[in-house]
Amino acid sequence: MTLGGTTSPYAAGFVANDTPRIVTSRFDLEDGYTLDRYLATGGYEGLRSALDREPGEVHGEVRDATVLGRGGAGFPAGVKWGFMPPEVWPRYLVVNGDESEPGTYKDRLLMERDPHQLIEGCLIASYAVGLSQCFLYIRGEMALAQERVATALNEAYGAGYIGKNILGTDFSLDIILHWGAGAYVVGEETALIESLEGNRGMPRLKPPYFPAAIGLYGKPTIVNNVETLANLPWIANNGSAAYRAIGTEKSPGTRMVAVSGHVKRPGVYEIVNGITTFRQLLFDDEYCGGMRPGRELKAFVPGGGSAPWFGVDQLDLPFEASEIGPQGSMLGSGAIMVMDDTADIPKAAYSLTRFYAHESCGKCVPCREGGTWLERILHRVVNGQGTSRDLQVLMEVGGTICPGNFPHAASERLGIEAASFPYQMTTICFVGPSAFAPIHSAMTLFPEDFAALVADNDDLAEANGDHGFATNTAVPVELKGVSVR
Amino acid sequence: MARLNAENVALAHEVIARYPRRKSALIPLLHLAQEQDGYVSEEAMEHLAELIDVTPAEVLGTCSFYEMFKREPVGRYLVNICGTLSCQLLGAEDLIHHAEQSLDVKLGGTTADGLFTLEQAECQAACTEAPCLQVNYRHEYRVTTDDFDRLIGDLRSGKSDIPNHGVLSEVRQSIPAERRVGAVAPEDVTGAPAWLPTEEPSS
Repeated sequence: MTLGGTTSPYAAGFVANDTPRIVTSRFDLEDGYTLDRYLATGGYEGLRSALDREPGEVHGEVRDATVLGRGGAGFPAGVKWGFMPPEVWPRYLVVNGDESEPGTYKDRLLMERDPHQLIEGCLIASYAVGLSQCFLYIRGEMALAQERVATALNEAYGAGYIGKNILGTDFSLDIILHWGAGAYVVGEETALIESLEGNRGMPRLKPPYFPAAIGLYGKPTIVNNVETLANLPWIANNGSAAYRAIGTEKSPGTRMVAVSGHVKRPGVYEIVNGITTFRQLLFDDEYCGGMRPGRELKAFVPGGGSAPWFGVDQLDLPFEASEIGPQGSMLGSGAIMVMDDTADIPKAAYSLTRFYAHESCGKCVPCREGGTWLERILHRVVNGQGTSRDLQVLMEVGGTICPGNFPHAASERLGIEAASFPYQMTTICFVGPSAFAPIHSAMTLFPEDFAALVADNDDLAEANGDHGFATNTAVPVELKGVSVR
Repeated sequence: MARLNAENVALAHEVIARYPRRKSALIPLLHLAQEQDGYVSEEAMEHLAELIDVTPAEVLGTCSFYEMFKREPVGRYLVNICGTLSCQLLGAEDLIHHAEQSLDVKLGGTTADGLFTLEQAECQAACTEAPCLQVNYRHEYRVTTDDFDRLIGDLRSGKSDIPNHGVLSEVRQSIPAERRVGAVAPEDVTGAPAWLPTEEPSS
């Protein structure tokens, strides 16, 4: 079988398809990241067009376009901008380029392959709502993205697109390249601001919920994701009506998604928002082309490692947040991780839980302690040393991080209905709940996979005494050939 | 190792001047120290504290939060193999096991010749190209065990152009003086920026 779509020789993983290319139009060009190529392909025209209009009009255009935030929360950018209190100055722009949600691969490509598009987006946003300095925060572990963006900033300063009196107008803006040093939690916007202030990257207590009210140095601050801003040049050039003509009423435009794991052609795709279904994305030849030969879909994570899992019953859902939420998950950062029938489900859950336990900043007790407990207990379950009591404790610990019903998908096979997103939480940010999400999903959708792991140990645990933990016994015992204390 | 050298002090002052508050420059300056010495020494942290006018403890507080800052020397090449879900599904465990055998170190260890430090890393934003790894934060995609051995061989024989640990971007941002707007302390900003009409834009 031949798969359609062209794989870009320059943007690893990117596959072009029939979708209108709003943010990936230069990914097939070898030199798409240079100022010369950018200018030759319509670059900085959106900025010129914005500067010809009043700032308020540009803000209105972006608000009308309804650019849903692409970092995870999906909040419309134009509305977020409107949350800044009037007459409080200065206002800052912080660009969130700290892409590190498991499975997410798009912002790095946007920075490496088309840095000027991002810069132009920053300029348009800053002009529209009076942001007087912009900090472009790139994840520390992305040396090439830092290099490409630094080069692009140097070129754009030199050519008069950034700095004092941009293109001869009153509009002046410095864009400062800043980069992190390895901390997932810094993707949370208040932690990003703490990090930018030179502190440990710990999220701030809420409220205020939006740094638009109180942000960097206590001043109104807009934090926007890289992909969100990359949409703005196209909107400035083509108008909000053209943007809204793509996608759906609630979710206009396109969005970038990365599909990884057990599919024939893992890839980064620009897809139509609100319409494209998971079935199309995973099985159509235009996209991933289905499972590997002879294999069947078992489960997939629909929106980054933090998202509750979906299975075959959810394949026909579209990329529309208002439909995904009631079905028990979220679209998050556009990261789909696919598991076929060869996947070891408890181990897969462990790989994600370990990630979040490792990335806890330590500020909130339920996450710091609970995440570690989840990791350790699941580790012994995965290694064949757990008991039924361990499985209960996993759920109990999860319940201290997220009291009440935790969202999950429906399963026809098990005869269970969906519990809708979101959850309640006892932590400031989403890292704690995210450590529990994979465990809860895996144990809810595939209880038999866990039961099989603990089946032989319960009797042993009982024989060893009382508390039900096979591995905490004082007398050395042999469990499945592993010597434990 | 040492305090920042004269050239890096000049760079540090340039970086500090870009921010409305000096402490904001701390993470970039810690990277500068790590670029100079390959790790962040105590002397460097004390020097940075002087430069941005905070206590050494505050510098250590920030430095110790972030995974990338090494407060002990590491190998010339830091090899990070991703172990998060997408890579795990496509063979990361085997790759990590192979790497431990082939380099004869455990995760977190450094080879006797000081060339390689091996770590298991978390998601590197290359999930469609699994399993992946980074050498000094430069990506390698769809790495087989043979690819791994070839890569290590190239690094050993100096056939690779990957710079030493500590060097991230090889291009620095440089803002021409005549174009620079300049950072202003937030408390010194009194009104709306020049390009906004006197009335608040409609929202």
